[in-house]
Amino acid sequence: MSPFTPPAPRAVPFRTADDLRVAAGARPVVETRPVEEARAISTTNACRMCMPLGACLAFAGLEGTVPFLHGGQGCATYIRRYLISHFNEPLDIGSSSFGEASTVFGGEADLHQGIRNVVASYRPALVGVATTCLAETIGEDVPRMLGRLRAGATDPVATHPAATGAPVTGAATIDTALPPLVAVSTPSYAGTHADGYQAAVAAVLQALAEPGPTTNDLVLLPGMVSCADLRHLRELVAVHGLEATVLPDYADSLDAPASAEYHRLRPGGTPLSEVVRCGRARAALTLGGLVSPGTPSGGELLAGRFRVPHHALPLPVGLRLTDAFLDLLGEWGGRDPSGAVAAERGRLVDAYVDGHKYLAGRRAVVFGDEDLVVALTAFLGEVGVKVVVCASGGRSGRLRRTLAEHTPELPADVLVLEDADFAQIDAAAGEAAPDLLVGHSKGYPTARRLGVPLVRVGLPVHDRLGGQRLMHLGYRGTQQLFDRIVNTVIERAQDSSPVGYAYM
Amino acid sequence: MAEVLRARRGQVDRSGGVLDLECERPSVAGSVSQRACTFCGSRVVLYPIADALHLVHGPVGCAVYTWDIRGALSSGPQLHRLSFSTDLREKHVVFGSERVLEASLLELIARHRPAAAFVYATCIVGVIGDDVEAVCRTVAARTGIPVVPVRSEGFRGTKKDGYQAACDALAGLVGTGSTEGIGPHSVNLLGDFNLAGEIWIIRGYLERMGVQIVANLTGDGRVADVRRAHGAALNLVQCSGSTTALAKVLQERYGQPYRRVSYFGFEDMAAALYEVAEHFGDAEMLRRTRELVAEEIGAVLPVLRELRPDLEGRRAAIYVGGAFKAMSLVKALRLLGVRTVLVGSQTGNAEDYRHLAALCDPGTVVVDDSNPRELAAFLAEEDVDLFIGGVKERPIAYKLGVAFCDHNHERKVPLEGFVGMANFAREVHASVTSPVWSFVPRRQRPQRREAVA
Repeated sequence: MSPFTPPAPRAVPFRTADDLRVAAGARPVVETRPVEEARAISTTNACRMCMPLGACLAFAGLEGTVPFLHGGQGCATYIRRYLISHFNEPLDIGSSSFGEASTVFGGEADLHQGIRNVVASYRPALVGVATTCLAETIGEDVPRMLGRLRAGATDPVATHPAATGAPVTGAATIDTALPPLVAVSTPSYAGTHADGYQAAVAAVLQALAEPGPTTNDLVLLPGMVSCADLRHLRELVAVHGLEATVLPDYADSLDAPASAEYHRLRPGGTPLSEVVRCGRARAALTLGGLVSPGTPSGGELLAGRFRVPHHALPLPVGLRLTDAFLDLLGEWGGRDPSGAVAAERGRLVDAYVDGHKYLAGRRAVVFGDEDLVVALTAFLGEVGVKVVVCASGGRSGRLRRTLAEHTPELPADVLVLEDADFAQIDAAAGEAAPDLLVGHSKGYPTARRLGVPLVRVGLPVHDRLGGQRLMHLGYRGTQQLFDRIVNTVIERAQDSSPVGYAYM
Repeated sequence: MAEVLRARRGQVDRSGGVLDLECERPSVAGSVSQRACTFCGSRVVLYPIADALHLVHGPVGCAVYTWDIRGALSSGPQLHRLSFSTDLREKHVVFGSERVLEASLLELIARHRPAAAFVYATCIVGVIGDDVEAVCRTVAARTGIPVVPVRSEGFRGTKKDGYQAACDALAGLVGTGSTEGIGPHSVNLLGDFNLAGEIWIIRGYLERMGVQIVANLTGDGRVADVRRAHGAALNLVQCSGSTTALAKVLQERYGQPYRRVSYFGFEDMAAALYEVAEHFGDAEMLRRTRELVAEEIGAVLPVLRELRPDLEGRRAAIYVGGAFKAMSLVKALRLLGVRTVLVGSQTGNAEDYRHLAALCDPGTVVVDDSNPRELAAFLAEEDVDLFIGGVKERPIAYKLGVAFCDHNHERKVPLEGFVGMANFAREVHASVTSPVWSFVPRRQRPQRREAVA
């Protein structure tokens, strides 16, 4: 026995004795770990990433933009490494590479030098500057520092005393003008990657959007979805004859074709000229957008500052949520004369019917970003899957309510874990006796321990090829998800059958 | 020609002559260095100790990005593969994090019963003024296990400073265990992290030679072994950048000699084993070593003979964490008929780079602390057929249509030892000879572009 008394477990929202009896009638699959012990003061195997990662991802979806972190070199490198493993794509993130002296005396010189070097090397259209824990803790006022950099930036970069950034050769002229510099405050201790992402989008709009006469354009703020999803959203809008700015849009920048040259700047991204026009849009739509209280959001900024009518819908996964999204496009005058989308819907319904029996009563554990958990749960509910655990590392405080709002089939005894780590999720899954897990790659240890298949969705997907190409959204994305899930169930049954049936 | 930031010009050389590369300096801000930070250096060195609790003290990010990040295998406990964080929130930054650290440690030690705990300080812990050492002392006293603070705040320096902090932490553990049962022909293995089971290969060789292995530092490491490591007669230091500092401390403190070795490639692997046999001056051991080397090389040579014709004359680029590893790779590639045209590392020192330049053909680009833009430009200029690097280098190579060999922390195939040389050859061959390269844009152009020197 331990020579001391362990501290009392931290209270976790929505984890009551009743919650824990969810799986009381279920067969115990493997050893169970009591949920009560699973989460207390420390975090084991977090189910979220840090704020600067989200900001970098958002900046990567802007035309000609280099994400830049004000802090130690490690933050930029770790985040690059993490995102590279998902997108299988180079992603350059600048850093002010703070040293000990800067930590004591302030990192303004490093910030200025770093941005000058990034400007000289990449000649970006914009530099997105996100802060780190360190910068925020020592009280760096980044917007002011950027203002001072700009004030001193009238001299040619090459002659500035701090300039170390001139290329040796290859650049005939050096652009002396600094591009727009957008600052966003993203200390890891203040929120999640989802918060950092939304805050960066809001910061970009705050910095660039301008008022003026209303245009016919829409603004689509899609949340952290895959490159394939972003492409599909663009296609859906276009098919309906509408013009929309998708912000951010890393469909091309983080899923680029093979190339003979290393692009100085990633291709694609939301054009900055369109971001400027967002202040004049006729309407804006946020897809998802569950963030920690107090986190700025692009949609709210457009509504508050520019009076752009703002709507919010869950991510369009499944029939109902995709219907809601397309209904809104219809309200905005969107029509699909080709009938292609209606046909996709029809095929999806047909597939639901073909596959429904394989999913009837199957128990699922869903985890990941709050937005995706809400949308996936709504979808799984409508195809007859019983979602027994919904878990996220998100801290919006609105997960349970939002889940109930969009999933009429949600079991009354569903276990909802907010601000959860994988110690909790693993314990809850062990007790819930699920047939499948639906979430990102970080659930694999649990899937393996329980011997339950994991259907990989969202971000990160580090242990399979093509995370950037996974589709979730619209009828088409739902179709792919549905087929993957049904086939996962069938494969499991087929492999474990002594007969080895050759037909479904 | 590749653009190099003015502040980095001294860190690139292509003269092929006697070279004095600027290195061992902090990364230039805005250069998009491939390096991480002090925390990273500490974490990679200590992480493979499998029965220790590794608690990352700070906001959650640093723990998230290092969760089960390395292929450092354990033959027993798997505790090192979990990611523990104090997950500091705003209130802790304002009011201090000592209490949450203490509570986290007590909770996790009670839950997992580790043989020791390492507490990694992250950036903000270094600036909010917590007394991490005091908390560690308190918890050690209450739990009866070593609780070791690691001064790994990211801003303290580069990855190398993190190695130093890890070595300090290890040095504190060595000497606290019993050396009973340790014979005269005994070694510790420093700087091998048992990626893909590599340390098991090396241990196998040494055991066949009649050498006793006291402690793995740190691959498949155990706290109890580390504590008695001072009883070994010799320290073998692989990946010299990371653990030479520890070897020096042990030499000073216990008179333990050390040897820098590498287990990559035939030459260096054989040299390492002979060095051990010669150190112990045991004729019988030397004979066994000769037999072993002959036998192992004999088993692997047919593989190389088969693959070499396809690789002959190809051009390779190497960019890895440590320069010592790069030297072994240059030699290993030469054995396959592959010429190294670019070689660089994140953490090499001036002497390392001089060795590298001497080892390579004249005109080879030698680079310290490079970045994606430079590397990409060099790949194109040098018309490279093969890039050897880590996770962050892979997409650069692939995007440009260049074959790639993963020589990183998460590799699944052992590359050390004689058998590792065969694996290395197979991996290089598998990528270089793939038919997919015929479709990539760079191969749709005239074959060799002139390299502008």
